Parts: sequence; C-alpha cells; structure tokens
Amino acid sequence: MSKTQMNHLRALESESIHIIREAVAESERPVLLFSGGKDSAVVLRLALKAFWPARLPMAVMHVDTGHNFPEVLEFRDKAMADLGVELIVSSVQEAIDAGRVQDVTGPRASRNRLQTESLLRGIQRNRFDVVFGGARRDEEKARAKERVFSFRDEFGQWDPKAQRPELWSLYNGRHGVGEHMRVFPISNWTEMDIWQFIEDEGIELPSIYFSHKRRVFERDGMFMAESPFLTLLDGEEVREATVRFRTVGDMTCTGAFASTASTISDIIDEVSTTRITERGASRADDRVSDAAMEDRKKGGYF
Amino acid sequence: MQSELVRLATTGSVDDGKSTLVGRLLYDTKQIFQDEMDAVEDASRRRGTDYVDLALLTDGLRAEREQGITIDVAYRYFATPKRKFVLADTPGHIQYTRNMVTGSSTANIAMILVDARNGVLEQTRRHSFLASLLGVPHLVLCVNKMDLVDWSEEQYDAVCDDFRQFAARLDIHDLRFVPVSALLGDNIVERSTNMDWYAGPTVLELLEQIHIGSDQNMIDVRFPVQYVVRPHRLDYQDYRGYAGKVAGGIMKPGDDVMVLPSGFTSKIRSIDTHDGPLEEATPGTSAVLTLEDDIDISRGDMICRPHNQPRATQDIDAMVCWMEEGTSLEPGSMYAIKHTTRWSRALIKELQYELNINTLHRDDSATQLELNQIGRVRLRTTTPLLVDAYRRNRETGAFILVNEATNATVGVGMVTGEAS
Ligand SMILES: Nc1nc2c(ncn2[C@@H]2O[C@H](COP(=O)(O)OP(=O)(O)O)[C@@H](O)[C@H]2O)c(=O)[nH]1
Repeated sequence: MSKTQMNHLRALESESIHIIREAVAESERPVLLFSGGKDSAVVLRLALKAFWPARLPMAVMHVDTGHNFPEVLEFRDKAMADLGVELIVSSVQEAIDAGRVQDVTGPRASRNRLQTESLLRGIQRNRFDVVFGGARRDEEKARAKERVFSFRDEFGQWDPKAQRPELWSLYNGRHGVGEHMRVFPISNWTEMDIWQFIEDEGIELPSIYFSHKRRVFERDGMFMAESPFLTLLDGEEVREATVRFRTVGDMTCTGAFASTASTISDIIDEVSTTRITERGASRADDRVSDAAMEDRKKGGYF
Repeated sequence: MQSELVRLATTGSVDDGKSTLVGRLLYDTKQIFQDEMDAVEDASRRRGTDYVDLALLTDGLRAEREQGITIDVAYRYFATPKRKFVLADTPGHIQYTRNMVTGSSTANIAMILVDARNGVLEQTRRHSFLASLLGVPHLVLCVNKMDLVDWSEEQYDAVCDDFRQFAARLDIHDLRFVPVSALLGDNIVERSTNMDWYAGPTVLELLEQIHIGSDQNMIDVRFPVQYVVRPHRLDYQDYRGYAGKVAGGIMKPGDDVMVLPSGFTSKIRSIDTHDGPLEEATPGTSAVLTLEDDIDISRGDMICRPHNQPRATQDIDAMVCWMEEGTSLEPGSMYAIKHTTRWSRALIKELQYELNINTLHRDDSATQLELNQIGRVRLRTTTPLLVDAYRRNRETGAFILVNEATNATVGVGMVTGEAS
C-alpha cells in the first residue's frame, strides 16, 4: 500500500465523519440513537470525532423497552455522564402504561415491535429531523439496500420502492415539516470493522459482550438469560454457563452463546472464525420469516 | 490490518450469471455464514433446482424475490487480508440504468459479465459505456459460462476481440479479461483446471492486484467546507476550524491557499483531527483546517490553491441522467442543485441532445429526458458553483438535481468541459 493510501478503517472513518457532518449541517434538530450496543458506541465516537474540538452538536436518545440488560443501562448512563450529555429516554413502559400500545404476553413475548411507537413518538415530540442510527448493511438483506440518508414520511414509514438515488458523496437530506431523515453513518462497516475500530480506539463497551458466567436456559438453539421477563417453557431448565452476547437488545429476544472470549482481541479472533451471522446467532425476532425485517422497517422501525 | 478499501460495481445482462458470480465470490472468500447458506439451500430445494443456487444469497427485498430479479442497488462486503471490498450489486435491465449509474459513481473497479455463448450484446455495450461515463477507472470483463462452450479458447478470444473493438470508442483506461464459470467456480477464487490455456489471474486475484492508488486526483487541491467548527469552550476559545473531506490534491500545513468564492488568500496553519494534527491530508481524508488569517468562510465555500482553482461559474454544461419515474427533464424547468457542499438553484436552459446509450448516437431533436435517459444539458445556476470537469475530478465535477416541491432526487449530472 502506498503512503498516500489510507487503510480501510481510516477510509471508513473519514466517510462516516463526512456523512455525519453533512447531516448535521443541513439539520435543525439532529439526534443520535444510543442503545448502549457496540454499533451505537461506534457511531457516538465518530460523531464526537466529526466535530472535535467542539462538543457534540446533537441530542442523544434511547428507546427503552423496559426489558434491557441492567449492565447495558449502567453502561449507557455512565457513557452519558462522562460526556456530560443529558439523555432523552423514550419509554415503551410509559407507552404501555398510557395505553398507547398493548404489552405482549406469553412465554415468548418480546417488546421489540413495540419500540416503533416510542421511537416515532420521541422523534415527533422533540421535533427531530435527522435521526442517526447504527445500522449496517451487512447485517441483513433488507438493510443492504437502504440508503445512507433514508427518507421517512410523517408516519415514519420507509418505502423501499421510492428511495432517493444516492451517488458520489452527495446526500440529499431535504424533507418537509413532520418528515425526517434516518442517517446511517456506518452503513458500509462490517461486524469485523466495528471490532477492529473498537480495539483501535479503545472504546468501552457493556460487560455482556465479554465472556462471563450467567444463569441461562436453552431455547431455539440459543442461551436466553434468566430474567423476570421470560417464563420458562416445559422442559426448559436454568443452569449456569460461560457465555457472551454478540449483540445488545432486549433480554427477551437476545440470545447468548458459549464463549470464553474475554478481551476485544479474543472477540476479533472469534468473529473471524465464526460461521453464523450476528442476527442468526442472537436475534430470536428475525427468525420468524425471511421478510421479517423488511416488514418492520416499512412500519418505521430502526 | 493495513488493508485498502476498494469499491466495486458489478453488472451484466439478465441471466448472464451476475448474482451467481457475486454469490460465488462471497462464498469462496468465506463471507457466507452457515445460517445464510442453510436458508439458501432451503430456498433452492423449494424452487426445485438440483444445485444450490448461490444467486439467492444476494436477492434482497421481497418484491424482488417474488419477481425473481434484482431491481435495486444492494451493497455487499467481503475482505481478503489485503483489501476490503464494498460491492455495489446492480441489475442489468434497461429500465435500471439508474441503478448502474448509482453503483458506478464511486466504484474503483467495474466488473461486467457476458455469457460466453452470446458474446458482447447491446446490453454489454451499454454497461461499459455507463462505466466509462461515470469515470470508473478499471474495467474487468468476466466471460462467464465457459463450461457451456467447452472451455473454448477460440470462443473466449472472439468475445474479447469483439469487446476490445467496441471499447476503443470509449474512455476506458484499464481493461482486463477473465474466462470464468461462476456456477462451477472456475477462475473466480479458485484457479480453473479446465482452461490450461489461460495463464492470467483469477477474478479475485485481479481485484486484489489492480492498483487504485492513482485513481484519485492528487494534483488539484480542493477542499469543500462542510461545517465551521467553533467550540464554545474555554480551552479552545479562539479556535475556528473548517471541517471537510479532501476532494482533490494533497494539503500540508504552510501551503498557500485561496478561499472561493471570496478570493481571500491565507496559509494553512494546521490540519486537525481528534487523533492529533496531520502532516498532510490526501483525497478522501476528513479533517479540520485552520488558517493563519481570520477570514469569513462558511459552508459551501471551497479551499484551493491560488494558482489552481476550479471554475466559478453559473453556466454549466453537463451530461445528465434522469433518475425519476413519471417525470422528465425539460428546458425551462427549475430545480434545486447540490454540488459538493453547496446548494443552489438551477434553470434548465437547453437540452442539446439525448445520447442513445446503445448506439452512442446523439439525437438533437430530443425535447426531454425521461427516466434512464442521458443527455447533454446546459444549466444556469442562481449562484456560481465551483466546478471542475468530471473527467478531472469525480467529486467536484458531479451534482444532483432535486425537485423543490417533492424533495426527490430527480437527476444526476457530470460536468463536461468549459461551457461555451
Ligand atoms: N452453466 C452455467 N450456468 C451458469 C453460470 N453462471 C450462472 N449460470 C446460470 O445462469 C442462470 C442465471 O444466473 P444468475 O446468476 O441468476 O444471473 P443474473 O440474472 O445475471 O444475476 C442461472 O440459472 C445460473 O445457475 C455458469 O458459469 N455456467
């Protein structure tokens, strides 16, 4: 590689920073969605880098389902305190209590789908017009086609058939009142890029990404964490295992797997040899059908 | 971890085997996970094919799955120890010129497929023309389905000769050929044992070897200002920086610079990043510049060198591709235009001709451009834009047209030479 050529992480970083600045420069009220997961931690770092030495010129919001891992909430709050940023929390529990959505019940109940209401409500209430998300195109087939600047109508809906052409690094963020743009600065990053960047930058993460002992039970080929939100089915038994999580989501639908990877570099080794996708390994909700994600996205999901 | 980022675009006529080739590249470079493979095996079985249809790996949205064709640009990722590839997978239907134009706009390398039995078709010529129009520096022609022509060297040579003749009329600087069978995997990642007469690289070897370091313009310094950084904090009280991504040339502290459109000159004091100051910034680098002098600079301005400036003009000649269904570009209409980091408004003064992308014939009786049509257009903008010819710089020579009522991106343009 010649001296004038950047390595791929720096090239990706420069692209992402460019995207973040374009979106903020043309936005009245930008917000970054922060779940406490690794992808949103990377987007947060990139956003900080994009405006340095100025402070983060955007709000930060979390859609809280009430079914989060306590370790992740703890990490989230510490990250915000370190930054001096006041987090906006849009709560699914509140939506349930107010009767805007109906809670799900049963042993497989997941609030994942209920998040859409709280997300859109958070966006509307605060009149956010640019919403940064940490989705990557390598995660899932429907994502592979989504634009970096993705237009949402006043109902938050995504229309995969009417996406704006996106060429060069010319992004069109124009939208009317009540509409907004979802912006995905790490569209072109893969899971491996994310981990290499986290290692390079020394980004902190919630402890559940690393190998630990946990009380779990087996369901659909994954280990589910014992929690007050999940009821055991017949034949399911709780036992202690050494596991870690590959993604961060609700306790009800995020599965763990047996792993002894306890450092970032262990994880990089593991990711480079694994034969299962991130979603396949840990998202119970995507397994329902091939088109599951596409349907949820059309309705306004992340 | 010192790997380079390379952007690819693939196209081919329907059924030439593009999806199979992409699936094969992903599968043989071990980017396909077991659960994805299980899903594809399942789907293949349901469809009753007697082999695993790797093309299914890249089929995206539901509508496409139903129609059985890919209809939009999808992005795929794969990596080797040397390079990380971002692949824009674009379908080859005539009505989808829009997607090919999109996929090619940032590509370093275009891979075009032909079926060895059919050779160079009208569609092949169209794809090659679009790749050259969009300024893709390297083109790889994959002559596919060699298994169906008995691995014949003569047939391969005939296809290549035919293509070379046609390509001579285009602006293609680097052209390569590979005989492959995407279905069987010959010469994609694994070397073929059926074509001993071919001693050249496999597709993946080519993708790893093609030198992309000189693709960008390293000479003409161009820095479109994205954002003015003014930290309201005590430790950086007087700091004033200009954030952007280098669009051309190499910038160093101490360099004399000129700011356009104001024409004020200064020197670069520092090139800052969160990780510390840079000794130089090359194309594609995002950074924050500080200057020696306090001058008024805002988003949309361009920093360049005093003796090497883009053209500041309100009159622009460009090749425009219309991207929206149901509407058309017509002289007299007005659009919002985005060029680098600057928005302005543009009036369509004249449609000089429509270019038939199959025959390269110029139709100067054309009165409008519809979806997927390309033509030479003269625009007048309400404020000057700071442009270079697209041939010289793909960043400062490109623009998009946006419908001011719907906010849809309706057209894309590439600046041609001097407007006369
Ligand atoms: N015999 C043979 N068939 C192929 C080859 N590549 C693709 N095909 C078949 O050609 C058909 C079209 O391939 P597909 O990848 O879907 O084409 P696309 O429309 O260009 O994406 C499918 O039936 C493939 O199995 C090849 O190298 N040899």
